Amino acid sequence: MGGPEVERLIALLAKLPGLGPRSARRAALKLLQQPATKMAPLAAAMADAARAVKTCALCGNLDSADPCGICADPRRDRTLICVVEGVGDLWALERAGVHRGLYHILGGTLSALGGTGPDDLSVTPLLTRIGEGGVAEIILALGATVDGAATAHWLTERIKPLGVAVSRVGHGVPIGGALEILDDGTLGAALRARRPV
Amino acid sequence: MEWEAAALVLDVRLFGEADAVATVMTREHGTHRGLARGGLSRARASLWQPGNIVRARWVGRLADQLGSLSAELVHPAGALAMDDPLALAMLRAVCAVAEGALPDRVPHDRLFTGLLHLLAHLAAGPTLLADLIRWEAALLADLGYGLTLSPPAGSNEPLAWVSPRTGRAVTEADAGDWKARLLRLPRLLLHDEAGDAGDWRDGLRLTGHFLARDAFGLQHRPLPAARLALYDRVAAMETSLDA
Repeated sequence: MGGPEVERLIALLAKLPGLGPRSARRAALKLLQQPATKMAPLAAAMADAARAVKTCALCGNLDSADPCGICADPRRDRTLICVVEGVGDLWALERAGVHRGLYHILGGTLSALGGTGPDDLSVTPLLTRIGEGGVAEIILALGATVDGAATAHWLTERIKPLGVAVSRVGHGVPIGGALEILDDGTLGAALRARRPV
Repeated sequence: MEWEAAALVLDVRLFGEADAVATVMTREHGTHRGLARGGLSRARASLWQPGNIVRARWVGRLADQLGSLSAELVHPAGALAMDDPLALAMLRAVCAVAEGALPDRVPHDRLFTGLLHLLAHLAAGPTLLADLIRWEAALLADLGYGLTLSPPAGSNEPLAWVSPRTGRAVTEADAGDWKARLLRLPRLLLHDEAGDAGDWRDGLRLTGHFLARDAFGLQHRPLPAARLALYDRVAAMETSLDA
């Protein structure tokens, strides 16, 4: 269509989340039509990010500094650690601006059939961070799935003997959600998690 | 080709960005896989959780194709078990064992009935473990690896131990000096009893041995991590009760 360079560009773009072959072709065309204003800055930004971004040795976040900006921020509450599955979850919580403590990225959840076991998750570094002292509470912000809940129970049993409070994010009615459209499982979780007002 | 039936969700694996390959068990069609479009999307993920009881519909152009699955929720067993570590451990273990041990598309009527009972009664607490152990023994029998739990001819002595090699039960007297090499047979596998923590540990150890050796070992696969985790939890439960 446009030579092997274009085909390669489309093939690589098509592998990105949210893009298929058709949308990759559209994105490639846009980039190729404006090489100076769109493609060159994008290529430079990607090269810079690939060179500079690394995984934070403390929490597992992606940042150009190690420790990352969150771990290095002195204004953060260091007694609170929020455990999340992946970097995307950390970004979501940061975007919401609702957590002022630190994070720990687990790297997934335990799988029932053995695909992901405890050794595949970043558990030992978390227990080491707790063991170093100064942590008062661990917030488990894992997905409301069967594997997420099993991982939360498994972690709770390992963290509680260390004398640290463990809590988990609530499950239930979303903001703006009408009860009648919720599934039975979410309604059940919401009722179980009710609290006095 | 298409069918519609009551189904139990056994396993769901991400396929692409939001689709899933789901494994369900039905009375009429056994364990059956299918592509659940948008199965792990925000809107549908709560439906496709292991352990859920659903009304499923499978459609494929040919019978041997993967086909596509759609479903409506009947009982959210997965969500209801999430707060209870033992219920969740039982749910994950039975789903993983059924998914891994049963051959595709072969109906197992009594195993479906047993699994449906387990998933619908997870709130019953630890006494459900007796039913779970009996269900695993039934699964072994249906696969052709059943335990021989009938007493020797002319003997009235209760059976107490099982040979880990042959699966044959023997009496306390016949076990003699070999007890250290045998697996304890809990009474709940002989009688309709709930048993106690020790019986549940012994029962899970017994069925776990034959599941690992026969049902999974012959497929060159290990016993699922969720089943191992259930045994660890029950063994710890017995230790804490002893203390």
